[in-house]
Amino acid sequence: MFEFTDAVLLARIQFAFTVSFHFLFPAFTIGLASFLAVLNGLWLWTKDSKYLDLFRYWIKIFALAFAMGVVSGIVMSYQFGTNWSVFSDRAGPVIGGPMAYEVLSAFFLEAGFLGIMLFGRERVGPTLHMIACMAVAAGTAASAFWILSVNSWMHTPAGFEIDPETGQFLPTDFWQVIFNPSFPYRLAHTVTAAYLTTAFVVGGVAALHLLKGRARNAKVSPATRTMFSMAMWMATVFAPVQVFLGDLHGLNTLEHQPVKVMAMEGHFKSYPGGAPLYLFGIPNQDEQRLDYAVGIPKLSSLILKHELNAPLAGLDTVPRDEQPPVAIVFWSFRIMVAIGFGMLGIGLWSLWARMRGRLYDHPLLHRAALLMTPSGLIAVLAGWFTTEVGRQPYTIYGYLRTSDSAAPLDAAAVGASLVAFVIVYFAVFGAGTYYILRLMGRPPMQSEPSVAEEMDSPIRTAGITPAQQLTMKSNRNRISGD
Amino acid sequence: MSLDLTVIWAFVIAFAVLVYVVLDGFDLGLGMLFAVEGDNEDRDIMMNSVAPVWDGNETWLVLGGGGLFAAFPLAYALILPALYVPIIVMLLALIFRGVAFEFRWRTQRWRPVWDLAFIGGSTIATLAQGIALGGLLQGITIDKAARSYAGGWWDWLTPFSITVGVALTIGYMLLGATWLVMKTNGPLQTRMRNRAWFLGLGTVAFIGIISLWTPFLQDGYYSRWIGGWNILLAIVVAGAVLLIAYGMFRTLQVREHDYWPFVLALAMFTLSFVGLGISMFPYIVPVEVTIWEAAAPENSQVFMLVGATFLIPVILAYTVYSYWVFRGKIHPGEGYH
Ligand code: HDD
Ligand code: HEM
Ligand code: HEM
Repeated sequence: MFEFTDAVLLARIQFAFTVSFHFLFPAFTIGLASFLAVLNGLWLWTKDSKYLDLFRYWIKIFALAFAMGVVSGIVMSYQFGTNWSVFSDRAGPVIGGPMAYEVLSAFFLEAGFLGIMLFGRERVGPTLHMIACMAVAAGTAASAFWILSVNSWMHTPAGFEIDPETGQFLPTDFWQVIFNPSFPYRLAHTVTAAYLTTAFVVGGVAALHLLKGRARNAKVSPATRTMFSMAMWMATVFAPVQVFLGDLHGLNTLEHQPVKVMAMEGHFKSYPGGAPLYLFGIPNQDEQRLDYAVGIPKLSSLILKHELNAPLAGLDTVPRDEQPPVAIVFWSFRIMVAIGFGMLGIGLWSLWARMRGRLYDHPLLHRAALLMTPSGLIAVLAGWFTTEVGRQPYTIYGYLRTSDSAAPLDAAAVGASLVAFVIVYFAVFGAGTYYILRLMGRPPMQSEPSVAEEMDSPIRTAGITPAQQLTMKSNRNRISGD
Repeated sequence: MSLDLTVIWAFVIAFAVLVYVVLDGFDLGLGMLFAVEGDNEDRDIMMNSVAPVWDGNETWLVLGGGGLFAAFPLAYALILPALYVPIIVMLLALIFRGVAFEFRWRTQRWRPVWDLAFIGGSTIATLAQGIALGGLLQGITIDKAARSYAGGWWDWLTPFSITVGVALTIGYMLLGATWLVMKTNGPLQTRMRNRAWFLGLGTVAFIGIISLWTPFLQDGYYSRWIGGWNILLAIVVAGAVLLIAYGMFRTLQVREHDYWPFVLALAMFTLSFVGLGISMFPYIVPVEVTIWEAAAPENSQVFMLVGATFLIPVILAYTVYSYWVFRGKIHPGEGYH
């Protein structure tokens, strides 16, 4: 029995590890796919070459991130069966459908048009190429729709009955399954998160080149300025939206998964006369109390119930074996919210700088934006940890426990695969991240070469570094363009 | 009514797996052929010939797995833990191979390393797929009452499964070589013609070995193929394979016939796949669980069929379109633009 539990723990670590890695890529590519479609549209519409340069600059980064998203995603779709076979057998009749729709309506769309988006501009002409860009962006959005529907169903299951013989969940109403109570909130919050993630990466890269240009006293290209401006607009508009959506999401969670909110808030005790909002504290689950707590009285009741003295139940009403690990939920929630307010701050600051005409001439703002480059990625992971760990000890909330979901595997098998995943992910995705960072390390050039041009073999004769090639090529282009 | 839907879904899944095998088959095969084509420019051409389509090819694997999960959840839950090792190994190998498509263009110094990742990933993924297929065909131990896998984590490892693994590598390389005959010119194409010859012989030999071996794995297979009149069916299928192989060897020698060898290699795969289907039907976990026992309830099947009927033809249409856009020979240095 002990060994079986061990295998479950290893399977959980493996799932959390692989899905966290996987989600980093979609969080970035969902936003970037839309950004690229917009850039391409602006290029076709205005014929201003800076948009084409930006498109070509970012699509190389996109191609790398997308490939890593695909290969890490394929792992996810098989892992349900390999490691969570009991869960798959039980829940398959309900969530298999939406997941199949994800493959049919999203993955094929992305994959089918990616080739044309990357290599096809000259072959299909501008209109069809634009359509391909939009198809890829639509595919990433459709993918988010279906997978988040499935994930939300696991949090707030609806529209099913349980077969007493097999224990399977049988769908009774697919509309309710798809549009289950937490889905609209999770979809809005996660897609906005993806846009913000992209905005802050793009903004950070732009800020880097603004700062570098300033340090060298060189003139910064219009392309770099444009991307900084676009990214800051996104932050200004979407950061407040995200804080608002997060609040709504929390209220919805309070209704359907109150225990999760207790863990997020660190409420070990019940507060019949209004609950405080703890800003800091060290959750001590063994003793069931929050050590070193620093809080603002009654604020939590105000936020969650819109009334200062509203009573809120705490974890003392929940049996120990129904409680999630509080510390992880408590901390990851705080990290996400802090970043959310940080993004809000950058958005407002940039708006202020913009109105005073100093958007491109404000090193302190640029430094802050540079610092915030990975903030979206961190917030997204923190958000998922809050959500998923807060659901424990269930996989299907209230119905199927995590410990009852796992496949009948030897701990040795899962342990070995976990080690293999850790090694391979750090090596391969580490290298990919390095290539992405290297691409980001140089600014978008005038007449930025396209992916297809870079894959031209004869130009890459031996002994020439890619950087040299690029300058050679862009010189050549410029000469022929002049 | 529910009976018919289950059969339809079995066909849809089988179709997805077949499309996966032939499409990703040729680009995995091409990856293995990288090992014998050391020249950098040849490798560029080879990779460019599949760069725009490999992602779409691999998506059929996701449909095969996802479709199985959706339409036959019990089978998904029994098969994947039984084949844990080959599946995980395949997934890891596909990671190396997939990123190599992007990474090799991003570095000069490390290019040989990513080329190796491409070769190794393609080879190991193919072996693992073949071994998984062999492991499934030879049967898996289950506890039917508990609806769960009941064997150990090395059960899949037998001489038979290894043989199927090797067979698949040869077969995929044949697909890859004939694809390159179609897509390239000059010395590279000539070399591929020769390679395809030997690989074709190997493929036919392995089809023979596996076909003769399979009936003796389980009683069900034996009676299906050899008992009674079915022997005739076996002879017809074998005859058809030989005929196609003959056509392929002929067209490989004729200069103008650049695309016929590929088409005929595809036909050979399709026919072997049909043979496999005859062996297995109506079992999805041979010979323990039938498709009806593993099927999702009728309303799930209907829900998905509505989408599949509409979307699969659309997917096929834009897949064909994408291949059409990137049709023709790849010339050195021309890439795609
Ligand atoms: C909110 C968005 C989101 C979330 C929560 C997930 N994914 Fe994902 N996934 C995407 C958004 C996405 C994407 C944006 O659509 C990707 C990223 C890069 C890509 O090719 O598509 C993708 C790729 C991707 C692929 C490869 C598709 C292909 O072959 O083209 C698979 C099989 C999965 N995912 C499966 C999963 C599973 C089983 C998940 C849950 C455990 C999951 N994804 C979480
Ligand atoms: C992509 C972002 C996601 C992240 C970062 C994430 C994170 C996590 C984490 C950290 C756990 C472990 C919880 C624990 O062991 O205490 C977990 C568990 C789990 N998650 Fe998610 N999750 C994500 C998305 C999803 C989605 C989209 C699904 C379903 C389609 C899903 C299904 C599960 C399942 C089945 C478990 C069971 C294992 C367990 O509870 O330990 N997750 N996830
Ligand atoms: C002050 C701002 C924010 C608040 C109040 C907030 C609130 C929440 C809450 C309550 C949840 C958990 C819901 C549940 O499990 O039922 C959540 C999850 C999540 N958050 Fe936030 N959030 C904020 C900012 C952000 C930011 C800035 C990002 C990323 C850029 C982000 C990304 C996520 C993600 C990816 C999840 C998991 C998926 C989901 O359940 O929606 N959040 N957030």
